[in-house]
Amino acid sequence: MTIPLRLDSRNFVRDELDLVLRPVVIAIDHVSKKFGDLDVLKQCSMTVLKGEVVVVCGPSGSGKSTLLKCVNGLEGFQAGTITVAGTSVGERRTDLTKLRSQIGMVFQHFELYPHLTVLQNITLAPIQVLGRTKSAAFDKAMSLLRRVGLADKADCHPGQLSGGQQQRAAIARALAMDPIAMLFDEPTSALDPETISEVLDVMTGLARDGMTMMVVTHEMGFARHVANRVVFMDGGCILEEAAAEAFFAQPSTERARSFLSKILRQQ
Amino acid sequence: MIYHWDWSVPISAPYLGWLMSGLAWTLLVAGAAWVLAFIVGVGIGILRTLPNRAARRFGALYVTIFRSIPLLLQLFLWYFVVPELLPASAAHWIKRDLPLPEYWTSVIGLGLFTAARIAEQIRAGIEAVGRGQSMAAAASGLTLLQSYRYVVLPVAARYVLPPLTSEFLNVIKNSSLALTIGLLELTGQSRQIEGETFHGIEAFTAATLIYVVLTLAAIAAMRALERVVAIPGVMARV
Ligand SMILES: Nc1ncnc2c1ncn2[C@@H]1O[C@H](COP(=O)(O)OP(=O)(O)O)[C@@H](O)[C@H]1O
Ligand SMILES: [Mg+2]
Repeated sequence: MTIPLRLDSRNFVRDELDLVLRPVVIAIDHVSKKFGDLDVLKQCSMTVLKGEVVVVCGPSGSGKSTLLKCVNGLEGFQAGTITVAGTSVGERRTDLTKLRSQIGMVFQHFELYPHLTVLQNITLAPIQVLGRTKSAAFDKAMSLLRRVGLADKADCHPGQLSGGQQQRAAIARALAMDPIAMLFDEPTSALDPETISEVLDVMTGLARDGMTMMVVTHEMGFARHVANRVVFMDGGCILEEAAAEAFFAQPSTERARSFLSKILRQQ
Repeated sequence: MIYHWDWSVPISAPYLGWLMSGLAWTLLVAGAAWVLAFIVGVGIGILRTLPNRAARRFGALYVTIFRSIPLLLQLFLWYFVVPELLPASAAHWIKRDLPLPEYWTSVIGLGLFTAARIAEQIRAGIEAVGRGQSMAAAASGLTLLQSYRYVVLPVAARYVLPPLTSEFLNVIKNSSLALTIGLLELTGQSRQIEGETFHGIEAFTAATLIYVVLTLAAIAAMRALERVVAIPGVMARV
């Protein structure tokens, strides 16, 4: 049997104690959502603590993307509550644009703005939303581009980059807002196999630096080695929420077991 | 009866002057109608894509009304019917004091008609930008207004340039309908020359050539604009 390799900084014996002491950044409490007659989310509850990486997995159509979009209010929900750093997302009075400016989001299809250079993509929101000066936004963008290995692509347009490069630029764009948490929606699903690792490496580095992350992904290697906890969804329900090791060693539901064996066979 | 060709008619005085005056009115009607159509059309097209349901309904209503009535009928309605529906003082002002009533009626009729068509192009262009882009903009904290201004509209504008070119050409050609309410634009002047000289074929040929030159010039200008705003790394849309 192989012992799963885990990041040193996360491999605490005092994991349990740590979990109790860390503040909750994202709290999802009995959230339900319908699209018309379709129940897309049913009584979903989960939390992400500060500095934690939580992977959300499950079959296609199980509601993972919808749950993620509820966290920053891109989708509304009919019942339950979601709080992010103490702010209630569903509340009418909540300033959603302010909340969103504090939460980074990375999409499956990158969604870089095609008419802007990589640098302009990264500096747009810091300048327009946070009111940073051009030069401050520029300096921050360049240091982030160095961090994701794209300093030489600053003046390229997204269409001139490979998929992996575009996704790294999209991560830099989200980080430029100094987010308190990052949401990832299948960040590697649209990538060629050979470029997946360059994106996962950036995400692993982020996790190591203590970023709070909620990651929808089918990359089980990333889930096993980087995530603290894994949430398994099926049919709009959260069926399991377990420490990563426990989830991979022994999923407690039959559906998670069959999902895991299917997905591990593919990878 | 034998037709006596005389190609000197359209290029001799006073008929050349008539043609040039017609050309000037064509450009004035088409130009002003285009400005009106562009402003209203972009506004209505944007309304049709907003989250607000009432805004979308209003936009859809506008497009339905102005697209389903033939342009010729719309010109008649603006010229003959609308003034009767207005309060007496406004109607009086239009009938007695409005300078160039044929001109302004043509501009409004042609402009509001074309606006409905431009609105549809703008809506299609915005939808082609995709929900993912507006979501990414919203997720980064941009307001709806900011996301339209910095992301959605600049990209949509590039998509709609080719269809807007054909709408512009339509405005030039449709402006000939203004002759039906008495504006002597290019086509109207050609008819005038025919009536005067019985050399209609020569006059209409000259008018045709002028329309062709206008069309080619407009196409060349829009192509140049498309090249200027082309996005590096994105294949030109054919
Ligand atoms: N905008 C929408 N309108 C209607 N149904 C939707 C919409 N978005 C997602 N759905 C439905 O909600 C369910 C969950 O979708 P999604 O959250 O995208 O699942 P996942 O990300 O796990 O694949 C699916 O059945 C999908 O068809
Ligand atoms: Mg999804």
